[in-house]
This record gives sequence, structure tokens and C-alpha cells, in this order.
Amino acid sequence: MATTTTNPKDRTLLAVIGDEDSVTGLLLAGIGHVDQNQKNNFLIVDSKTQTSVIESAFQDFTERKDVAILLINQHVAEKIRPTVDRYQAAFPALLEIPSKEHPYDPAKDSVLKRVQKLRGD
Amino acid sequence: MSGTGPRESVFPTRMNLTLTKGRLKGAQTGHSLLAKKRDALTTRFRTILRKVDEAKRLMGRVLQLASFSLAEVTYTAGDIGYQVQESVKKASYTVQARQENVSGVVLPAFDGVRSKDASDFNLTGLSRGGQQIQKCRDTYVKAVGTLVELASLQTAFTILDEVIRATNRRVNAIEHVVIPRLDNTIKYINSELDEMDREEFFRLKKVQGKKKRDAEKSNESREGQNAEFTEGGGELHKDEGIGGGNAGGADMLDEGKDDDVIF
Repeated sequence: MATTTTNPKDRTLLAVIGDEDSVTGLLLAGIGHVDQNQKNNFLIVDSKTQTSVIESAFQDFTERKDVAILLINQHVAEKIRPTVDRYQAAFPALLEIPSKEHPYDPAKDSVLKRVQKLRGD
Repeated sequence: MSGTGPRESVFPTRMNLTLTKGRLKGAQTGHSLLAKKRDALTTRFRTILRKVDEAKRLMGRVLQLASFSLAEVTYTAGDIGYQVQESVKKASYTVQARQENVSGVVLPAFDGVRSKDASDFNLTGLSRGGQQIQKCRDTYVKAVGTLVELASLQTAFTILDEVIRATNRRVNAIEHVVIPRLDNTIKYINSELDEMDREEFFRLKKVQGKKKRDAEKSNESREGQNAEFTEGGGELHKDEGIGGGNAGGADMLDEGKDDDVIF
């Protein structure tokens, strides 16, 4: 179920899946990390990136034990919407962020959808 | 009707009645406690819900600003994306989890931590646009701060949601399954015990009646025998009983009172 057994204190990293500009900006802020196995914690998605690649990166980041927050561009999340909507776990927290070309649409956010549903009734 | 509906399979004894009453009491206490917990969590949940909503909207604006400052950088320093991606080594912006306790539920909250040696991209934009890059970096750090805050809110939201659901399930289960079941059991035991009482009473009545009838019968037959015997010229001796018959019955201590002794 949602709550994982691992200690949340071990999770210190942020991970990003997004377009080049978003990732560059966030890396500039210093969230980028490359571990001993040369695995990095970000994925740059452009128009040529295949959905399966995004999916596997999403799975990878959500299963990693050191990621506390996963940021994903909303238009990227749209591509793998079923997977994103199915994701209910508390750790890592999943955040949909807007990108430069795609302004933020609260109606599409999987969490906000739940928020709205709960506030509605 | 009593005893209908689901009930525990116990023998209708007085001990089980006491036990079941104790369990019912426990269930009621548990129910009220859980209901209290649910109310406390729901209150917290509502505030978080509102905050999540606000923070999400704020995040949209903050990131827009950040994208704009990155565009400024691109304008002055050219495309730095490749440079930045290649120079990534170790995260200088990390988060730390801290725990908060809301009526027995542990909610994690993240704090963004920026390590001191945050100098990964010192050489980026050396030739031109260094200032813009610094500015952009600060903007993004702030944006990430907002994101971290939002993430902790959202995590709390997810966990609380789940806990509230579980609590609700428990409250409803106790209210609609456990308590009626125990109630039914108590009613069943009570009715069985009453039934047993009535049976016992009836039985005693029956036994009493039979004894009386037997006594009368034996009396009658003895009278008859006595009459036959005296008619036949016999002499009747009657037992005087414990009290001593007609002569007896006096209190030994009471008879022949002494005179009062006067000195």
C-alpha cells in the first residue's frame, strides 16, 4: 500500500522528469545528483522521447529508495497519465509542475483532482 | 425480536453474559475514541486540503517566473543546458524529512537544505551572462523551496487521506457490525436465561405439587390402615415427635423461674 516501510529520513533527493528548460533550471538550483553507478536523478524529455522511456524512468524514480520528491512536467505526465493516476503512494511525493510552453492546468493534476473531489462533497 | 440477527456463538451462561457485556462496553469506548480521532484528523485534513489548493496555484506562478529568468539567461549566455547537465555531480539541494504527529498519525514534512559548497556551476557563464545565471539560480532555488513545501503538504494529504479512510472503516465496522452483534448476543443470553428461569420455576412447582399429592396419598392410606388396625382390636401408638407431643414443647430454660436474688 501507500506507506512504504523505509525510513523517510533516508530520502533526500529530488528527481525530475521534464523538458530541457525545466530540468536545466532545477539542476541550476542544485538538485542534480549522479551516484556511484553513474545513475542520475533526472530525465530530459523532448518531442522524440518515447513514452516507454518516460514510463520506465517514472517507475525507476518511484522505486528508488533515496528519492523524496519526484517532479514531473505536466505535459509529460499527460503522456503517461494512467500510470501517474494509478500512483497513490506517499513516498516519493509526486508533484506535477508546469513547463514553459505548457501553463499549469489545475484540472489535470491527479492530486488536485482528488482535492477537488473531496472538497466538492 | 430478541436473539435474531447475527450473534456470537456462545453458551447462554451468566458468565458469558458478563463477559459479553464487558466486550460491548469496550466496543463502545473504542467507537467513541475512534470517532474522536477521525474528527481530529478530518479537521487537520481540511486545513491541509485548503493549503494544498493554494500552494498548487502559487507554484504555477513561481515556476512561471523561474522560466522567465531562465529565458533571460538563454538570451544573454546562450544555451547552457548542456553545460549544466554535464557538470552535475552531487546534489547541493537536498531535503530532510522531519516527522509531525497528529493524533497518533506520523506525518512527514520535508525541509529543503542547501549545502554550503553549492558551487557546481561556478564556471558556467564565465564569458557572459554570469549575473543572470546567478539570479536565475536564486529564483530556481526559491521555486524548489516552494515545491518542497508543496510536496510535504501533498504527502501529508495522501497519508491523512488513507488513515482517515481506515479509521472510517473501523468506526463503521464497530458501529454497524460489532456493536449490534454483541447486543444480539446479550439479548439472546438474556432470553435464554429467562427461559431457563421459567422452566426451573415450573419444574419446582411441579415437584411441589407431586410431593403434596404423594403426602396426601400416603396419609390417606395410613389412616385407612390405622382404622383397619383399631377395628381389628389393635392399639395405636403415636410418635410424639421431636417436641415431645402434647406434653412437650416447653422451654427448659423458661420453666421454674428462680426468685430474684436480693443482697
